[in-house]
Amino acid sequence: MNELELTELVKRTLFDVAPDLEGEAIDPETPFRDQFEFDSMDFLNFIIGLHQATGEEIPEADYPQLASLKDCVSYLKAKNV
Amino acid sequence: MTGSRTLTYREAIREALREALQRDERVFLMGEDVGRYGGAYACSKGLLEEFGDERVRDTPLSESGFTGAGIGAALGGMRPIVEIMTVNFSLLALDQIVNTAATLRHMSGGQFSVPIVIRMATGAGRQLAAQHSHSLECWFAHVPGLRVVAPASVADARGMLWTALQDPDPVIMFEHATLYNEEGEVAAEGETSCDLDKAAIRRSGKDVSLITYSGSLGKTLDAAQRLAGDGIDCEVIDLRSLRPLDDATIMSSVTKTARAVIVDEGWRSGSLAGEISARIMEQAFYSLDAPVERVCSQEVPIPYPSHLEQAATPQVESIVAAVRKTLRT
Amino acid sequence: MIEFKMPSLGADMEQGTLVEWLKKPGDVIHKGDVLAVVETQKGAIEIEVFSDGVLRDCRASPGDHVPVGEVIAILDGDKTSVMPTVKPSFSPVPSHKPVSAERLPGKPKITPAARRLAQQLGLDISNIAADSSGVVGLRQVQASSPETSPAEAGRAGIDFKEMRKAIAAAMARSKREIPHYYVSSDIDVTALMDWLAQENASRSVADRLLYAVPLFRVLARTLVDTPELNGHYEQDTFSPAQTVNAGIAIAMRGGGLVAPSIRDVAGKSIDELRISLTDLVGRVRSGRLRSSELSNATVTFSNLGERTADTLMPIIYPPQVAIIGCGQIVSRPWVKDGEIHVRQIMSVTVAGDHRVSDGRSAARFLSRLEQRLTAPEGS
Repeated sequence: MNELELTELVKRTLFDVAPDLEGEAIDPETPFRDQFEFDSMDFLNFIIGLHQATGEEIPEADYPQLASLKDCVSYLKAKNV
Repeated sequence: MTGSRTLTYREAIREALREALQRDERVFLMGEDVGRYGGAYACSKGLLEEFGDERVRDTPLSESGFTGAGIGAALGGMRPIVEIMTVNFSLLALDQIVNTAATLRHMSGGQFSVPIVIRMATGAGRQLAAQHSHSLECWFAHVPGLRVVAPASVADARGMLWTALQDPDPVIMFEHATLYNEEGEVAAEGETSCDLDKAAIRRSGKDVSLITYSGSLGKTLDAAQRLAGDGIDCEVIDLRSLRPLDDATIMSSVTKTARAVIVDEGWRSGSLAGEISARIMEQAFYSLDAPVERVCSQEVPIPYPSHLEQAATPQVESIVAAVRKTLRT
Repeated sequence: MIEFKMPSLGADMEQGTLVEWLKKPGDVIHKGDVLAVVETQKGAIEIEVFSDGVLRDCRASPGDHVPVGEVIAILDGDKTSVMPTVKPSFSPVPSHKPVSAERLPGKPKITPAARRLAQQLGLDISNIAADSSGVVGLRQVQASSPETSPAEAGRAGIDFKEMRKAIAAAMARSKREIPHYYVSSDIDVTALMDWLAQENASRSVADRLLYAVPLFRVLARTLVDTPELNGHYEQDTFSPAQTVNAGIAIAMRGGGLVAPSIRDVAGKSIDELRISLTDLVGRVRSGRLRSSELSNATVTFSNLGERTADTLMPIIYPPQVAIIGCGQIVSRPWVKDGEIHVRQIMSVTVAGDHRVSDGRSAARFLSRLEQRLTAPEGS
């Protein structure tokens, strides 16, 4: 997938976890936790959503690489999703 | 994050061809009317002037002959892009594609591979009648040794070609004839090439999985939109790769929604939809709340008059009806 | 004859608004059935009945404001009491509707998904009525189970201002009436976190554990040995509970806070608890809680989570007698085996009701907690 498609996929997964965020502007560079309330359970559900959408196993050690929208897109791109 | 720009599908193909010709000197384009005429669908307009007649080659009206020549060039170390005007004419080259290109690696014990990319237009919708409206992707998806892709989005039309050229084995790329004028977004800068393996979820939903490819994607998304108005939330999957099929994405979706409708412009009997339906039964049977529905073309040669051509092929109405059937509403 | 009264769904609740009846006069009622949907300051809550019987009379209409304790329905049944005020080990029996007379002739068509769901819910699929096309599908199974029937029609969304008022009332009453004492300890949870990392490394993404899961389980199992911290105090009497039904304080995006309970936390396996917690948080976020979850917590756990603060002095939710607060886990220099190491430390504070227990109970609890947390495999 290219960057545009990956961005869409990450956003959709985010909105599945937090539907109240749909329609809000998401700053791609700012970590999710700093932009809106996003606790560890939200984050885990988000990771599970990414896993289901892409089939990628995401080890716990990689969680810091998925802090922001931009980070997620780069991470998935590097995994050749 | 890079920005994006808008292109037509045709422009995306042309850009992809141009990029391939620039990036790799082993790449050349060959086919009927690709040079002086600029391509039957104008995809190679201007390329002959830019790259010369060794890189952009007009061929005689002989699919079997020039496909075979392309295979030979690939065996010899080149990276040919063979354009067969439409899948309808590829029937004349089927022996070369199936018996030579698809099998040489196996028959040579791995000594030879055929790194050829064959691009073909496909599908109905422009009143070109029975002999020029086939959707035979499933025949090619049936053959081991071939990789078959069907870009439905402009981004995929732009990105799949370069990746296909890196494959040491044959890749068949199907471009639905009704998509060439469609507009879409492509990345403004940077690498545009994309993978060939994964299906894409074009619309996320929870009530039913709509699985489709190529020219039927637009109608499927329209059907999803219409159903959303009735409170039915459809997930739309663009297969992108027809061989191999991305089972993981399909099953993940169907186990979530419990219902599947496959939209495939091929004729129903012996269709790719039948293969996908069988796989869903094998891998997700216990998750199903209804039998898998298929929306395919009617069992007739594709008619010429517009109203009959529409009646014979999948449309928004028939997709909507199939979805309702799975929901029993 | 059983009088079904408007239940109290929170320490401060004075009245509720009836939104919708889910049963009608003449319906056979089973223990655990959802009778009606009531709107409170905490959102729309499904009210469950705790006896068998036949619904005779509905005394309130949708839209009525009914004070807590007023009779809203009459049932014919065997039991004389309907809604006990303390029911710590209550488990509603999943029940199903009686066989409908409209089943079509011939062998019913049952979808694989429906069969599987019925099995998961413990329902007899042959008792579930088919739809008008003769098919028993997911919807028919869901409609048969009161635990999963959606109260979508009644849900009116969550009003955060009202919720804040409810919290204010409950907390004010707590501070007025309950003499709180506070005891805390900083506990080395490195062993727990190491165990967790190892466990999660071998689990697929969807099965991963947040540290809250094993933490709550350990808290619950330690509480079993300190019964004076687990139960209800009402009318000058303390009733210790038989199981630890832990209220889990859950914050909602937008500013709300609820503490619905998970039954028998100590008796659940790690995965059962993980599933219960995820389900509960999901339903809190979408506003679909059940009355039993809001009224039968016997203690509350308030876990601040990551990137928050080190300690908290939580306030007890009456009629409970304790609340346990856990701060964020931080790396600290720590003395272990006579040397300084960097360890993961979490501060745990127990707030207790001094009418029922004193500092020693809390201190004993914390000491045992510390022992269990330094050997998580055993706990």
